[in-house]
Amino acid sequence: MGLLSKKDSKLIMDPLADNNPITIQVLGICSALAITAQLKPSIVMAISVMFVMGVGNVVISLMRNIIPSKIRIIVQLVVVATLVIIVDQVLKAFAYTLSKELSVFIGLIITNCIIMGRFEAFALGNGVWRSFLDGIGNALGYGVILIIVGFFRELLGSGTLFGFKVLGDPVEKTGLYAIGYENNGFMVLPPMALIVVGIIIWVQRSRNKDLIED
Amino acid sequence: MGLKQNLHNLKEKYKGKKMAPAFNALHTFLYLPNETTHNGTHIKAADDLKRTMNTVIMALIPCLIFGMFNAGYQHYLALGEIEAANGFLGASFWTIDNLIIGAWTVLPLVAVSYGVGLAVEFLFAVIKGHEVEEGYLVTGMLVPLIVPVDIPLWMLSVAVIFGVVIGKEVFGGTGMNILNPALTIRAFLFFAYPTWMSGDKVWVHGAAERAGTPDAISGETILGSLAQNKEAGYEIMDMFYGIIPGSVGETSTLLILLGGLFLIFTKVGSWRIMLSSVVGAIVMGLIFNGVVEAGWITESSKFYGLMSTEFWQHLLIGGFAFGVVYMATDPVTASQTNKGKWIYGFLIGIISIMIRVFNPAYPEGVMLAILLMNVFAPTIDHYVIQGNVKRRMKRVKVKAA
Repeated sequence: MGLLSKKDSKLIMDPLADNNPITIQVLGICSALAITAQLKPSIVMAISVMFVMGVGNVVISLMRNIIPSKIRIIVQLVVVATLVIIVDQVLKAFAYTLSKELSVFIGLIITNCIIMGRFEAFALGNGVWRSFLDGIGNALGYGVILIIVGFFRELLGSGTLFGFKVLGDPVEKTGLYAIGYENNGFMVLPPMALIVVGIIIWVQRSRNKDLIED
Repeated sequence: MGLKQNLHNLKEKYKGKKMAPAFNALHTFLYLPNETTHNGTHIKAADDLKRTMNTVIMALIPCLIFGMFNAGYQHYLALGEIEAANGFLGASFWTIDNLIIGAWTVLPLVAVSYGVGLAVEFLFAVIKGHEVEEGYLVTGMLVPLIVPVDIPLWMLSVAVIFGVVIGKEVFGGTGMNILNPALTIRAFLFFAYPTWMSGDKVWVHGAAERAGTPDAISGETILGSLAQNKEAGYEIMDMFYGIIPGSVGETSTLLILLGGLFLIFTKVGSWRIMLSSVVGAIVMGLIFNGVVEAGWITESSKFYGLMSTEFWQHLLIGGFAFGVVYMATDPVTASQTNKGKWIYGFLIGIISIMIRVFNPAYPEGVMLAILLMNVFAPTIDHYVIQGNVKRRMKRVKVKAA
């Protein structure tokens, strides 16, 4: 990447794989389980979190020298809450059905540990540009897992991708359904999301043994 | 050179190589290994894991054979081609026609269960380089007995792969699993493909494909009928003998009882768990009967059908007996301490009947109850042991003082 120095590109690439917020730090699991039954909400969620994290990290980084450290958590909360409300209102205005589908989970981005974690651990001690990259990187790491989980859950649970019936029509028995295939109802339930995330963690750690902690 | 020597030679040839565990497993499964202990033995016991597993399988065989006859019998009875068999030795039950239909539907389930399950076990043994463990022998026999006869074979394979990998191998294989693998497989099927695991179309062979046609036949289980406040319509003795629709091998309380006694006699199954589960179920059944008698709920209530069922009938219908005898006693996932076993079994009994009555959508409460208590078993053991430690500490202090 010519655009970014090596150190900066590490900020983006690390959270995507070896320091992934979901599979390695095991943060943000709650929303990852709740909204990944389908691909579209997963992607919208990923984008929303990316916006909140990118902008939030920049704001916190700009204010890092004037925030009294005693009240920094409250300041961080206010910043997150403001950004989340913006996201929520935008979704309500332009994608109402989707915002209904995501229901409280957009609001609950406020409590997403990844965001508070990055504010606290990175933006408070780093410059604006690096904080922005870090925010985007972590949001990408979060989003990638969401999309992988959402892909498998929608494909196996409903037989669709983005609502398109890629495996055939279950009612009219076309495609795979003609030979007796059926959707796996368990995939739509949140426990299966936990298991899918678990499988991703398993695969990742068996490929890179350094990630296994004792 | 016999097969045994051949296998031994293969084993020597592949020693230290990747495929070694696979040959080892085949060898030990079929024959006594050629190796003997080099040092002096101090404890001699013949009951290794293989023998324990085989004992359970022996206890399951009568259920399997009965299940085959029953599958055929329920099929022909629903079609109206034969008369109802009166009693355990009824003439229309033990016929060759019944056995043929039963074998035709049940044996593929057994074959798929063992084939897929052992393939996964072998694969993991080869990848991880450990020996193939005997754990799947019993699971593979339990699985076909606790599913409906008409379950599509590919669904069973998917569930077996899921159950063995997620239920067992990720925790480290046989002896490390938290949940009973056979029940994990059944729970997976239940939540993934509910239309094939519940309702009134799956329990009798041929009912699903005839549904909606003029030849439709009903395959409602007793629990299913009761949950809808309908009369079950079966004689008590038929429930006891098991001449009722249900999963393949769990219907006959009589044979399960015999199998249970056999397990207790051979000291493979824990009588504490079996007894305390039954006590738990009876207590819960009595409470519900009391509620009905006190007039707190009336016939209009959706719980009435199952709540007013006599407490002892709960032991006969559904998979309760099978679950308690063969699944709850699984030595790996049950409590290990004697006091813990009492608590574990008692709660299984209570929770089974409670789920059965309060949630008509999950008629088979015993599956969920056992899985739940599997999760709690280590906690129960922990507190039992801590209790013992505390009591002894007190004793030491009293003596010292």
